[in-house]
Formats: sequence, structure tokens, C-alpha cells
Amino acid sequence: MPEFVLTVARFGFLILLWIFVFTVVGVIRKDLFAGVRSKSIVATPRGVGGGVVPQGRPAKAKRGKAARQLVVTAGQLAGTRITLGEAHITIGRAEDSTLVITDDFASARHARLVPRDGQWFVEDLGSTNGTYLDRGKVSGPTPVPLGVPIRIGRTSLELRP
Amino acid sequence: MPRVPGTRTGRNAELGLLAFAMIIVALYGAIVEANQLGKITTTFWVPAALLSILFLGLHLVVRFTAAWADPVLIPAVALINGLGVGFLRRLDIARTISKKLPEPGVFSGIGGRQLAWTLVALILAAVLLLIVRDHKAVSRYAYTLGLVGIVLVMIPAVLPASMSEINGAKLWIKIGGFSLQPGEFAKLALVSFFAFYLVRKREVLSLASRRVLGIDFPRGRDLGPVITVWLLSLLVLVFEKDLGTALLYFGLFVVTLYVATERASWLIIGLVMFFGGVYVAYLLGASVGGPFANFYDRASIWLDPFAPQYVSNEGYQLVQSLLGLGTGGLFGTGPGAGSPGFVPEVQTDFIFAGMGEEIGLFGLSALLVVYLLIVERGLRAAILVRDSFGKLVAGGMAFTLGLQVFVILGGITGLIPLTGQTTPFLSAGGSSLMANWLLIAMLLRISDAARKPATGGPAAQAGGPKQPPAQLHGAMTEVIKP
Repeated sequence: MPEFVLTVARFGFLILLWIFVFTVVGVIRKDLFAGVRSKSIVATPRGVGGGVVPQGRPAKAKRGKAARQLVVTAGQLAGTRITLGEAHITIGRAEDSTLVITDDFASARHARLVPRDGQWFVEDLGSTNGTYLDRGKVSGPTPVPLGVPIRIGRTSLELRP
Repeated sequence: MPRVPGTRTGRNAELGLLAFAMIIVALYGAIVEANQLGKITTTFWVPAALLSILFLGLHLVVRFTAAWADPVLIPAVALINGLGVGFLRRLDIARTISKKLPEPGVFSGIGGRQLAWTLVALILAAVLLLIVRDHKAVSRYAYTLGLVGIVLVMIPAVLPASMSEINGAKLWIKIGGFSLQPGEFAKLALVSFFAFYLVRKREVLSLASRRVLGIDFPRGRDLGPVITVWLLSLLVLVFEKDLGTALLYFGLFVVTLYVATERASWLIIGLVMFFGGVYVAYLLGASVGGPFANFYDRASIWLDPFAPQYVSNEGYQLVQSLLGLGTGGLFGTGPGAGSPGFVPEVQTDFIFAGMGEEIGLFGLSALLVVYLLIVERGLRAAILVRDSFGKLVAGGMAFTLGLQVFVILGGITGLIPLTGQTTPFLSAGGSSLMANWLLIAMLLRISDAARKPATGGPAAQAGGPKQPPAQLHGAMTEVIKP
């Protein structure tokens, strides 16, 4: 085996190892930004029209209608965002809730958000301390306008376009 | 827990990366043969091909049972596992050359045995993925697992030395020609138990506490069982003369506690306790000896491995390891061109030293980054998954893996006193390989739950008839009624 081939193989192997590392990092990077890219693919509530956002146009264009995100604005989970699909969203301390909140004043199954014809409804699930939409206590399924805080214990949630 | 439902499962990316990893493994085998035998045999690709088939099998199992699992875990681990097999085969070739025997077959020697162990480990991982469809189900057996963990740790201490001692460390079960290291499996069982217990007690631990010197201490009765588990495993480990594993359990315990309570004070308490304990053990070793003498020796070797009284006997291993890494330098001597045979136990504890000589700092740091990425993916799954039990299990397991790499790498490079630990996925040895693949299977299961989008699951039946909430296994959440 000529010395030259061995040297090329030796360095080639090291370079290949690092290329592998960077490929893995690339896959992770794609994964991190999957949510951003997926906005157009995640099913939007019915009635929004196609559910496809044109590339480069922010969702702001459809002002006032479609809620795309549920954002936690206050409480321990402040800053958490959930991209809304067609599934209902359960909120509570139970481990299988969509949004698990660790709030002393929240019940295991506290409330849920249900989409109907593009509008989201909040429904209290018999919680101990109640669910509030802005100032009013939620007794039955209540439509949730964009930007109005839903309060559960110390946690506050808002629908955002 | 920002839940960003990914739209891609990442399975194809996983397959691509897996193929890439196996090409690297095959290339490694070829370079080893070129350097060792002066020619590349026609069968250099066979180990890599066999490994590819095995990993492809696991990939298919994941595709069908955990479609949303993290795409990076399997290829990254496969690369390390494959290079481990390649390096062990390289040792086999070197041994046959020195004895003037024909080159070893694929299934002979320690390389072949490692290949067989990989098969067993992957079957176990696949079975775990098939049986445990929801990681929360594991919490149902938490107390059983805790008990199993303690028993597994204790068995070697109770067994007679002839059935449990290898190289002065009493941590084996030897039956016939078979040896098993139960501590590796105990690790997994104990993580699950700690996670379950701390989830149940989390509120009590972070709310009801006594403030002493500005640090919140929990009430003793809340912590009793966990402290008991920890002390018991620690005591047994001191008597089994394996401080590396003791450190692993202790670190695991402290980190799980920290993750559960979100209190940095636990880390401070843990570090102080650990360094205090180590210093006391060192002093006791110097004056009293007994069970601590072993540790005192190791610390002295660490302080000065080149001291005349150590350099050719107790410190020989570490000295050879340092010399090997030094010989390798920045780019190494090339796979198969070094002489790892000088380092005793190069196939298990010192595999990093042997590989480091041949692939250099440049290659070794690539391997370390791969380990780092595995740990990062585990922690990522812990952040993304929604239930606390999953968070603690994933966090604890990822951390264990990272700590284990740190302990052994720190040991062979002289950063910390050497304690016997296997290098996960790289070292020869079935127990370590099986346990760590089970750990990866668990991480895959949890990352599957974490990355699965909210739509499409059972929760997707919006507007349908009201269903009773799914049963929680045990009381994982406690409702505080005012």
C-alpha cells in the first residue's frame, strides 16, 4: 500500500467524521425550524380558506379572523406557544393535557379549547377555581376573540393570529 | 414546553444518516486493514454490512412503532457502535499478526463478540419499543423497578468473589463462561424510579421546605425513600470497589432532583456533598485504609502518574494512555497504524486512549461531539415532552450518558481520578451495550411522544361525543384543593 494512499485515507477518514457531525447538526437545525416552516402545512380551522399561507406573506394579512397560535402570556409557562390545528386543546395539570400547566390553582382537567367553524370556544371542565375569559367566568362553551386573555389560576392565555 | 408540531417525521433523514455512518464504519475497516495487513481484503466490508442490516432492522421497527422519534439518535449511536466494533476487530487483527496466525474471521475474537452483542442489544431495544408503546406506562411499575434496581446493584456484593469479581471490582455475575454487569441495568431502573417518585413529590419538595442559610431544604420525611435508595446503592458500591458507578448514581440523583424541583440549590448541595465526601474518603484512605485504600491509591496516581513508585505498576495504565494520546497528537497515526496494545484493558475502559492515538485530537473531538449531540437530543426530548415523568426520565437518562462519558474520558486523560467505567457503545462488553441501547430505545420512545404533533392523536376527535378522560396511571398529579 503506497504511503500516499494511506495518508489520504487517514485524513479523508477524519474529514468524513466531521462531515457526519455537521450533517447531523444540519438535520437538527432543520428540525428546530420545522415549526416555522410548517405553518402553511398544519391544518388550520375550517373556514379560513385553503389554509395555505402564501410564501413570504405573514398571517397578519387575514386580520381578525383566524387564530393560529395559543400563547401563554402570564404564569410559569409564559412565552409558550402552541400552533393550533383542528384538534381541541385541553388545559390542566394532568399529564395528558395538551398544555400541562403547573399552577397551584389549576385543576387536573381544567378547561379545553374547541374549534368550530373557524372559531375557538373555551369550555370549563368543572374546575375547582374556574376559568375566566377576560373578567367573566366561563360557564358554558364561550367563543374566544383574538387577544382576549383566558385566565386559569395564575396563568393567562391568548389566541393570536 | 414550546410545542412545535413538526411536519416531518425525520425517518428518511435518519435512514440517510445511517447509511452515511455505515460508510464511515466500512471505510474505517478498510483503512485498518490497509495499515495492518498492507492490503485491503475482499471481506473488509462484511462487519459494516452486517451492522447496517442490524441498524436497518431497528430503523424499521422505529418507523412502525415510533414514527416521530428523533432522527439523529440512531445514526449517531450507530456510528459510535460501529467504530467500536471496527476498533475491536483492529485489536484482533493486531493480535493474530503478533502470533503469526491467519487474519481473524468476522465472527471471531472480541470484535466478533461485540458484533454479536450488538445484535442482542438491538433486539432488546426493538422489543422495548414494541412493548412500551407509551412511556408513561413505565411509571406503573416504578416501585417494582426501584426494587429491581437495588437488587441488581446488590447481587454482586452478596455473591462470593469467585462468582462476582473481575480485576478487583466486585460488580459482575458470572455464570459459566458468561458474565453480566447488573449495575448497568440498575441505572435504567433507578432513573425510572427516581423520576416517578420525584414527580409525585415535586410539589411538596418545592413548596414545603425549611429555609436554612438561604437554601431551601425539603422535609426529611419527603426525601426519606430516595435518600435510602441512594445511600444503599452507594454503600454497596463502596464495598464493590467501583467508585465510577457510585459517582454516576449520585450525579443522576442530584440532577433528577434539580430537574424536578427547579432549584439550583440542589446542585450546590450535591457538589459540596460530593467533593466533601471524596475528600473525606481520600483522608480516610491515607490514614485508615480499609475500603477507602483503593480510592486513595487512585487519587495518588492521578496526582502524579509518573511518580517512580507508580509509573511501572499501578500507574502504568494511565501513563500508557497519556503517552498514546500524546503520540496521536492532532491528527493521529491513522486507523490501524498506532500501537494501542501497550495500554492494558484497551478494549474496555481505555478504548478512548487506543482510538485517540490513531485518530488524534481531531477525530476524538468529532466522536465527543457525536456524544454531545446524543445527550443534547435526549435533553431536547425532555424539554419537548409534555408529562413530567417523561421529562425526568429523558433528562436523567441523557445526563447519565453524558456523565458516564465524562467520568471515563476525564479518567483516561488525567483530568479526574480514574474510575472504571465503560465508554457507552464503544467499549467491548455486552452488559454496557445492552443497557445503553435500552436507554436509547427509551429516549426514542419519549422523543416520539414529544415530537408527535397534537393533531392526529386521540385528541383529534374534536366535537365528537364527550369521552371520559383517559385513566392516569397511578396518581401522577395531585389536585390541591384549597
